[in-house]
Amino acid sequence: MSLTHYLIVGAILFAISVVGIVVNRKNVITLLMCIELMLLAVNTNFIAFSRYLDDATGQIFVFFILTVAAAEAAIGLAILVVLFRTHRNIEIDKLEELKG
Amino acid sequence: MNLEAIIFYFFSAITIVAAIGVITVKNSVQAVLCLVLTFFSAAALWLLLEAEFLAITLVLVYVGAVMVLFLFVVMMLDVDFAAMKQGFAKHLPLGILVGAGLFGAIYWVIRFEVFGSDKVAEPAKHTQDYSNVEELGRLLYSEYFYPFEIAGVILLVAIIAAISLTFRGRRDRKGQSVREQHQVLKEERLKIVSMKSEKIDSGDDS
Repeated sequence: MSLTHYLIVGAILFAISVVGIVVNRKNVITLLMCIELMLLAVNTNFIAFSRYLDDATGQIFVFFILTVAAAEAAIGLAILVVLFRTHRNIEIDKLEELKG
Repeated sequence: MNLEAIIFYFFSAITIVAAIGVITVKNSVQAVLCLVLTFFSAAALWLLLEAEFLAITLVLVYVGAVMVLFLFVVMMLDVDFAAMKQGFAKHLPLGILVGAGLFGAIYWVIRFEVFGSDKVAEPAKHTQDYSNVEELGRLLYSEYFYPFEIAGVILLVAIIAAISLTFRGRRDRKGQSVREQHQVLKEERLKIVSMKSEKIDSGDDS
């Protein structure tokens, strides 16, 4: 398996998650999941390069990305729960209080 | 086709099919479960790349904690998820166009002439006594110790933010207000009463 094989898997995952963000514009949960998919694609690229350059620094980077992604998911879901409590729905189109 | 290629194609096929499932299924619970499957098969790919520690971390931390959190939230919210799929078919052509364009652009950068096996040779497999955890630990606790501590602070901030956002206890309970305590004046607390001094009768002592 060459490096390109793994990079292509990462690129396909990234493209799928971009398609998901374009297509599912209403559902915040699906948007959050697409961002997680994107991070997974990026992490796969990092690990593939780390293997083929024989340098463990790429894996350290993935470690930090996982940390930040976990924090982001926790805060994002907390905001989502607060949003649902105040609005009783989580559709993005209905969030227009700040419209001038 | 050797065994490594079979494993690679098997798990990358599962990864991609499950990722497509994440963005297409109507039920959000099923979407989260598809994402879990994606993470599992991606962890298998990472194992193939000899990143054992991160593969196990992905399954334990990501699937075990973050995805379970997602499942909890999806199941708690009483939302009509099927209705939210409206506009899916309308945006699908644009989405496929954007996705294909993006993939084409990325593929042009990473094509086989640039990163193929004759350009970037696969390094030798690690021997049996190689420990991925040991290597990562040595790097993490020496060279990258400062970023490691910052990662800990980020997690602490995330804990505080998540708790303070969703806290639903009594906000009017009794508590100390340090600001008001500092701003208090002497007149508010201390009252000097002028009174005549009295003589204490100490007769029974003697």
